[in-house]
Amino acid sequence: MALLEVTDLSVRFARKGERAVTAVDGVSFSIDAGEVVGLVGESGCGKSVTSLAIMGLLPKRGVQVSGRAEFDGMNLLELKQETLRDIRGRDVAMIFQDPLSSLNPVVPIGVQVTEVLERHRGMKGEFARKEAAGLLDRVGIPDPRRRLKEYPHQLSGGMRQRALIAMAVACAPRMLIADEPTTALDVTIQAQILELLKELVRDSGTALLMITHDLGVVAGMCETINVLYSGRVVESAPRRVLFSRHRHPYTVGLLGSIPRLDAPRGERLTPITGSVRDVLPWPEGCAFTPRCFNRIDRCVGSPPNLEWTTSQHAYRCVNPVLDREVAAK
Amino acid sequence: MTLLGGKKERIDRLGELAGAPEEQGRSLWVEALRRVRRNPAALVGAAILLLFVLIALIGPFFVPYDPTDPIGIENGEVRSGAGIIPGPSAEHWLGYDHQGRDEFSRMVVGARQTLWVGVVATVFGLAVGSLMGGVAGAAFALGGLWGKRIDSLLMRVTDVFLAMPSLLLAVTVAAILGPSLLTVMLAVGTIAIPIFARLLRGSMLAQSNSDYMLAATALGVERKKIAVSHLLPNSLAPVLVQGTLTLATAIIEAAALSFLGLGNPDSAAPEWGVMLADAQGYLDVRPALAIYPAVAIIITALGFTLLGESMREALDPKLRK
Repeated sequence: MALLEVTDLSVRFARKGERAVTAVDGVSFSIDAGEVVGLVGESGCGKSVTSLAIMGLLPKRGVQVSGRAEFDGMNLLELKQETLRDIRGRDVAMIFQDPLSSLNPVVPIGVQVTEVLERHRGMKGEFARKEAAGLLDRVGIPDPRRRLKEYPHQLSGGMRQRALIAMAVACAPRMLIADEPTTALDVTIQAQILELLKELVRDSGTALLMITHDLGVVAGMCETINVLYSGRVVESAPRRVLFSRHRHPYTVGLLGSIPRLDAPRGERLTPITGSVRDVLPWPEGCAFTPRCFNRIDRCVGSPPNLEWTTSQHAYRCVNPVLDREVAAK
Repeated sequence: MTLLGGKKERIDRLGELAGAPEEQGRSLWVEALRRVRRNPAALVGAAILLLFVLIALIGPFFVPYDPTDPIGIENGEVRSGAGIIPGPSAEHWLGYDHQGRDEFSRMVVGARQTLWVGVVATVFGLAVGSLMGGVAGAAFALGGLWGKRIDSLLMRVTDVFLAMPSLLLAVTVAAILGPSLLTVMLAVGTIAIPIFARLLRGSMLAQSNSDYMLAATALGVERKKIAVSHLLPNSLAPVLVQGTLTLATAIIEAAALSFLGLGNPDSAAPEWGVMLADAQGYLDVRPALAIYPAVAIIITALGFTLLGESMREALDPKLRK
């Protein structure tokens, strides 16, 4: 059995007096120890909500979470907050998008790192500080002793993200959730941070859930990739399959909008037309229909099912793009 | 040429910036202090306050006359109530007061009393208010359903206090406790309690949705620890600024209470508010007796306000450069 098995996860925001919104709609995926799984999609497709739901970090009021998220046999969605607090940071840790705002601005880095060590590993005083310095060193922060005394605003963007990663891996968690860990960083730092994450996964056998809108990020890291659209998985495949034999028009669109080094000069990127707001509610058909270049009459009426073509590759589309069409694109 | 010159200057400036010493171990507060120091309004405010505090602390040791000794009456220079109160002279720089005491000595000694009342009242209001606001804010942000109940209970209490006009509230407290110096302090401090409570709670609620709170929760940090080491330190800045501003209003309100006759009954101990109240009977004869303490109160309050406002600017992330 996989380390984390998410089955039919749905999150519905229903505030009194407001229209209910289903942000995540029956999402299923699984991660094994040491595996890197990607969750890819545009803003608003439900990626972050999925991760927050798994961590139990969504507010209680006005939020309905259903389905299962079994981590090591425990359903995280049903655990009490007290139990969850023990699991968070120790067994499952999270890395957030904006490293500056995710660090407490008035507390030195060292205090924030040792806090995690005190909480989950019972370390104290000089012992904890030593370990914290070791952690900063491990994530590639030079002169860790000095950095421990510094405040977040004194570190560079990349260094801050490294510090956050140090806090996340402080207790050698079995799973890491990285929610757009490189979005706020520039390209060279992005590459370094991704390399660091890869190293940590390789060295410690940690499972990693990468949440991103950037297919370039998942291409270098993830073994399995799930493409999300409007709260549902629309295509799921191992990396090689997804990049070479993707079927869903949305995946085609995502890949078409990445700049490529080997493209002929002067070739334009092909954007996906429309915006995320042009959706059809899933019960009325495929949500991507209004923006789809490959739409047919059958797209509207009833929601398409997730079809498994092989044991690893699935897509949710009644008129998938075929191989030669992909090649022609 | 001028263009080149301008460019050269810019490059030199860049060089200066690049060569600037690296910042080391500077906290938010140290940074804020640096910004305060560069603000001329803050410097004026600080200078006024420094002078005021110096006078209050060491002035009483150097006054030329005993502020409670009616020397003017003994020498026959002041006829109490008859309408002749001599003005400034070489021996008595600000003249006599209505009971023949040296006005200058009374002003200097009064500074100490006034500062003391302002500080104690503010500290009292800040301590009680922050406790209420801090508990309410932490309970609301981290405590679930029960936390929200505790929060609304505490906030309804502050609402009741806020609903009353502040001076009326102070007069009520003073009337219940009976006139004394401590009464003035408590009464003036009570006015400030709901302000501090509301402010700290609001600031904590604003911080409770921040990313670092989510990040700390995602790392499994306990709620108490989050409240004390993350939520509170980030929410304190506006409260401390309000503290400085409250010092100014506390001095004015203490004066108002004294003026209404609810102040320190020991009229021998000079205090600016009491002096102002005493002077009102002699406004037609010697209006200066009212002007001295009034101007002193205004300047002191201005000093606190200038410093408080510039602290607020320095600590406000939106105004920060």
